[in-house]
Amino acid sequence: MKQPFEKVVEQHGGTVLRVCRVIVGVHDAEDAWSETFLAAMRAYPDLADDANAEAWLVTIAHRKAIDVLRARKRQPAPVGEVPEVPSSLGVPGADDGDLWQAVAALPEKQRQAVAYHYVAGLAYAEIADILGGTTDAARRAAADGVKNLRKNYPGAAMEGAPS
Amino acid sequence: MNMSTDHFASPSDEDTLSRLRDRLGLTAEAEGLLDVAYTTIDSPVGTLLLAATPKGLVRVAFDVEDHDRVLEILSQRISPRVLRAPRRLDAAARELDEYFSRQRRAFDLPLDLSLSRGFRQLVQRQLPGIGYGQTRTYGQVAELVGSPRAVRAVGTACATNPLPVVVPCHRVLKADGTPGRYVGGPDAKKALLRLEEAA
Repeated sequence: MKQPFEKVVEQHGGTVLRVCRVIVGVHDAEDAWSETFLAAMRAYPDLADDANAEAWLVTIAHRKAIDVLRARKRQPAPVGEVPEVPSSLGVPGADDGDLWQAVAALPEKQRQAVAYHYVAGLAYAEIADILGGTTDAARRAAADGVKNLRKNYPGAAMEGAPS
Repeated sequence: MNMSTDHFASPSDEDTLSRLRDRLGLTAEAEGLLDVAYTTIDSPVGTLLLAATPKGLVRVAFDVEDHDRVLEILSQRISPRVLRAPRRLDAAARELDEYFSRQRRAFDLPLDLSLSRGFRQLVQRQLPGIGYGQTRTYGQVAELVGSPRAVRAVGTACATNPLPVVVPCHRVLKADGTPGRYVGGPDAKKALLRLEEAA
């Protein structure tokens, strides 16, 4: 039986927001979230009842994030001094500016693999479906991503857990 | 090895998400994707769930009906594109507030009766004809719809009314004057009758 879409938003909205932050950065994350859930709502009646809603949402977020990043590349890069204004977006962990820099500096595939495995909790086989390529390649990309993060951001806590 | 997702969370996430969800409701409405919008309101007979399709108010549900269960049924029977989006329910919420504060005697809202069919819907369509503060028996309503022997079926139609309060099935009583079955429970039915008597 298919649950009301409201429940999907309630259960997965937070995870999708964190995934979007990792993939497109804090400032574009809200647009990516909105595009993701609007597209998901459009397609929801056709989703199989037994589908993994989180993997499905992350797949949509992956495509929407690519659109957001493309749109950003088309826009001229900001030049000169940008006035410091308080962000209404809320900077996650204001002390963690270094972490965000380290995440943003990761190669795209590694950043995506880290987001989908460590933030969304998807299995490597599911990540391989999203990124294309093999399960092993997805596992390697996530491992390399975490290694790079550790190198550039020693504060990142790595908890031992089955992956 | 796992990396704590707390690194990517923020203390203001709850506010952010609530704002994003509001925005999703508005955008979905504008894009014609909001098949069922709902909200909840406080009332003297407990929290009421109000749900509407683009056609009109489709469901009013009492707490005792289990609102999660009601939303699941709406998802199955109408569309799974269900969102908490209060704006579509603004008029219904306002009229119900007025009704409960005795400033309104009849509802003027577009209704979507698609949750009931056949004889039940026929009966439910007649109920708004019973004026505020008046009552009828199940037998009288059966006569009214031209099926004088269908007293039990009228009882079932009243008990399964998807729009209680707005479609006033609470004004239909048993022949002996006792309230009879009610979707919101017997106390809610008595409370509504008392409210209208006192006006």
